[in-house]
Amino acid sequence: MPEQRSAVRFEEVALPHLPAAYNLARWLVRNDQDAEDVVQEAYLRAFRFFEGYRGGESRAWLLTIVRHTCYTWLQRNRARELTDSIDESHEEATADFANPEMRLAQEADAQMVRASLAELPLEFREVMVMRELEELSYKEIATIADLPIGTVMSRLARGRKRLHSLLAARMGVETKGGTA
Amino acid sequence: MTCQETGLLIHALADGELDLTKSLEMEAHLQDCPTCALAREEIRGLGYLMKDASLRFTPSASFEKRLRSAVRREAKEKPLTQGWWRWAMAAASLAVVVLAVWAVVVILNRPSSDTLVAQEVVSSHVRSLMAQHLMDVPSSDQHTVKPWFDGKLDFSPPVKDLAPQGFELKGGRLDYIDNRPVAALVYQRRQHLINVFVWPAKSSSKSTTQVSVSQGYNLIRWSNSGMEWWAISDLNLAELQQFVQLLQN
Repeated sequence: MPEQRSAVRFEEVALPHLPAAYNLARWLVRNDQDAEDVVQEAYLRAFRFFEGYRGGESRAWLLTIVRHTCYTWLQRNRARELTDSIDESHEEATADFANPEMRLAQEADAQMVRASLAELPLEFREVMVMRELEELSYKEIATIADLPIGTVMSRLARGRKRLHSLLAARMGVETKGGTA
Repeated sequence: MTCQETGLLIHALADGELDLTKSLEMEAHLQDCPTCALAREEIRGLGYLMKDASLRFTPSASFEKRLRSAVRREAKEKPLTQGWWRWAMAAASLAVVVLAVWAVVVILNRPSSDTLVAQEVVSSHVRSLMAQHLMDVPSSDQHTVKPWFDGKLDFSPPVKDLAPQGFELKGGRLDYIDNRPVAALVYQRRQHLINVFVWPAKSSSKSTTQVSVSQGYNLIRWSNSGMEWWAISDLNLAELQQFVQLLQN
């Protein structure tokens, strides 16, 4: 049965990337059930396109489809998030991490990092997830998000800066409300 | 390098995305600039924090199961009808015939191994000029360049200094051509750089000097004393030939 054979081959290529696909979708739509729906839709879509897949970078190929499906879903269900677009002129992408009051690395806990990352605008959240959690290269991120590498780099820089200040704010709150 | 310039690059540095030259420039800047050095530490710290915090969401086992059966269902529903299948077989047999004809044509037209080597020589030359990786050992002294290759190659390339004749030896580097490591010697005539590639010849038969032009570069190829030689440059052919004669003598 040829169709069964192609399903097996598709599973061999696409299923190893399920953790990455699910993680990306979960961070983009921010809900377990929706992430499962989106990933399933993306996989079926990928399977239909599978004959057009010419080998090569299967992770980037699959994640491109997953991201695209997420965006379509967001447009249908949470259009406001997409229009809450980032203000490009608002901040400079320079490194002013070197504020000694903001040394966080030792003190922040997982819960705070998770909450701060979830709070990032979509455009920053997705590059941060791809870079820091999936450890994708700039080139892979550029392919998946269909962006120039320079834009990937500046979004990462600004995403990190924002995450840093969100964390700092959260920690300020935590310390004030804490046992001290 | 100023802090203004490092603003974005420092992220690429922390992510290991810079090439060697840029990384070295950045490291040099970080040595002198505590502000940027601290920024790098913070970027790294943030990265560790995100990895440690186990922020990844993992799909449940039951979801993976459901996904598998959804794909299988989709596979069954796919309109792969009998008719489609017959057409596919016909197309496949036609493809076999086309492929066979194509294979014959390709084999008959296959570029000779010389042509392939010439292409490699041209790319290697262009790359050496482009990537600013012209030399591993910059020296105009043949007694420095020749020993440098010891232990890096399984042969000892003949190195001549032709400065008195107007071809200054600039240095040497390792390269890879025709599936083997080769010695590349760099000479300069006025503003023109000449790459000379040397490696042991496969057969000891003495072949005549061959001249060709590729992508605007002049190429001269010859072999003597068991070595295969290629010289390439944008220098005019007459002077390149003069240079080769000096090497041959």
